Amino acid sequence: MRRIAAALAAALLCASGAVAVPEAGPNQAAIDGDRMPRKLSEFGVFRAGTSEPVGALLGYTLHTPLFSDYAQKQRLIWVPPGKQATLAADGHIDFPVGSMIVKSFGWPEQKDGRPVETRLLLHRAGGWTALPYIWDADGRDATLAIAGRRVPVTFRAPDGQTHSIQYAVPNKNQCKECHSKAGEIVPIGPKAVNLDFGSELERADFARFFASSPVSADPMPQWDDPASGTLEQRARAYLDVNCGHCHNPQGSASNSGLFLRWTDPRGVSLGLGKRPTAAGRGSGGMEFAIKPGDPDHSFLIYRLESLEAGVAMPELGRSAVHREGAALLRQWIAQMPKDGQKAGS
Amino acid sequence: MRVQLLPFVAALAVVATPGDARTINVSATTPDANEKLQEALILAEPGDVVELGAGVWRLTDGLSLDVDNVTVRGAGVKDGEGSILDFSGQQGAGEGLLVTSDDVLLTDFAVLNTKGDGIKSKDANRIVYHQLRVEWTAGPKETNGSYGIYPVESSDVLVDSVYVRGASDAGIYVGQSKNVVVRDSIAKENVAGIEIENCYDADVHDNIATQNTGGILVFDLPSLPQQGGHNVRVFDNIVQDNSTPNFAPKGNIVASVPTGTGVLVMANRRVEVFGNALENNGTANVMMVGYRYPYDDANYQPLPQDIVVRDNVHGKAGFAPDFPGGAEIAAAMGGAIPPVLWDGAGHAIVNDDVGVLSLNLPDVSTPQNEAQPSPADLKGDAPAALPGVTLPDSMEAKVQ
Repeated sequence: MRRIAAALAAALLCASGAVAVPEAGPNQAAIDGDRMPRKLSEFGVFRAGTSEPVGALLGYTLHTPLFSDYAQKQRLIWVPPGKQATLAADGHIDFPVGSMIVKSFGWPEQKDGRPVETRLLLHRAGGWTALPYIWDADGRDATLAIAGRRVPVTFRAPDGQTHSIQYAVPNKNQCKECHSKAGEIVPIGPKAVNLDFGSELERADFARFFASSPVSADPMPQWDDPASGTLEQRARAYLDVNCGHCHNPQGSASNSGLFLRWTDPRGVSLGLGKRPTAAGRGSGGMEFAIKPGDPDHSFLIYRLESLEAGVAMPELGRSAVHREGAALLRQWIAQMPKDGQKAGS
Repeated sequence: MRVQLLPFVAALAVVATPGDARTINVSATTPDANEKLQEALILAEPGDVVELGAGVWRLTDGLSLDVDNVTVRGAGVKDGEGSILDFSGQQGAGEGLLVTSDDVLLTDFAVLNTKGDGIKSKDANRIVYHQLRVEWTAGPKETNGSYGIYPVESSDVLVDSVYVRGASDAGIYVGQSKNVVVRDSIAKENVAGIEIENCYDADVHDNIATQNTGGILVFDLPSLPQQGGHNVRVFDNIVQDNSTPNFAPKGNIVASVPTGTGVLVMANRRVEVFGNALENNGTANVMMVGYRYPYDDANYQPLPQDIVVRDNVHGKAGFAPDFPGGAEIAAAMGGAIPPVLWDGAGHAIVNDDVGVLSLNLPDVSTPQNEAQPSPADLKGDAPAALPGVTLPDSMEAKVQ
């Protein structure tokens, strides 16, 4: 939407006889430096005094996105001129130093749809750095909130219900809790199986960003579109995106032994017949993370449907229950054969 | 060492001089104390001390530390004079404080009433927990958080002189770690007082474990990244009156711990239990069992192997055995079962001068209701004693 507006503005400029010069990119020095600028405007990601991104950044979406309290997200990629991102063998995207990933969060009912927060992932010489910014009341700029903050947010869920929540903007460490691989910060979202560039693929400068196609020929399905994959595939995509960044052998939840990535094998480590390890009261008095055929006795569901600290999963980034996501996983577990706890496939 | 009082994070960032260790003071009464403290923990640099002011901190969100070689120091653990981190109003995060960096010292503060775990450290090597109190102040409740002090997946862990009460799983829980010492601590009214799970090389000594459901547990569980727990010494502890009815949420492995358990070894290889004072544990002073649940893990070894029990002082035990048929067996044996209970799986040597009751269930897949209890003599020659755990000097220096 914003992208369309930007294109329109550019076209109008041309029509009025102005020379169509490519818009300047973001402030590369701010990305590359080692400072944590107090104001988001220093990065030049958005047009001055607005939350309208500059056209030089590349927009993208994901087939299956992370649930964040029903927030609508705008995602942008920046790769410095003269460099390109490459596709790694395992399907994640390797961004060169100087790259930046921008993600803004907002709700149509909140601040007229303008973003509430914007998170930056900066690939600096020493590794990736995560910086959270909260938009100022006047919506003209955003301010660094390195220790995070709770922001009151009111929105309407797809089922029509209005929610008033204390939305949690994560602190710098919490960014890393999810964006962690063997103790280092890494991007999560941009991987070939989940990336969707839509019409951005037709941009004249698209090839400047990537050395080869960054999208998979065999992508993950869209979790809520039955036409895009089977129930099993959509449930696995949902688990991958919402849980797999921590629940993998190198992630923040490695000690649980519960591994939920798209590529992880089906079995105990996916939760089938898996007893709680360190779940505590997160087990809800149940014996198994997933009890095949019985979602009501699967504490994976119990934790997804809880809002209580110490019970709720994911531990971060969720102050509302994703009813539709939980319903998908309920359906998936319900159709598993009841004796399938040990089934290998 | 410079001392600075920094109300604003911007000021902190400006005056920070790399390489010059600082003390960063944060006050409990600062507006937005939660955010200011979190800022200090984020902006600390290696070598810094984050000093928690005395008073009660009303915290609404979990704290985290991800900078190596930082000390978090309070003014003490006592109400009214110490640094009391009160999480009664916590809205998010799985624990009160999470540490994910190396060489961290946590000392002289209290963490109360967290919704999930108290203090967790993960992949935090050479961490020292010293003179801390982690407590759920209403006492045993199923709705209390799981673990009080919770280091996991770390090498070189020291828990020294802490007090933990009310955890609905384990007061002090060390999981999937290597080279661990838990000492001089008190665990009271937890489901498990102290639990060493899936660890290699651990010493648990000079602690008091009292009024828990089970005093000191040494477990090895399947389907986890680090398993095959071994070389654990439990010695010179006082393990008494572990009589609190089990209040763990069902499904968790500790929910199966019988009330009145002193020291419990489940699976594991080479565990030595010696020199402890064990008394008033109604099920048993020492229990050794296999992992008796179905599991799907070809690499898992469910039997306790080479367990050595020696030189312990046994008081009254076995007078209220909390397992199916326990009361009947006790009645048949004159009112109490022997202080040492073995399910008959694996291999153990018991050289204490007390009776041993075996349930004669050598195969862990045999249901417990097929037990054929009978006295057993497990006296024998113990293998060479374990050498014990030595921690890096840098860790010991922090608690001198």
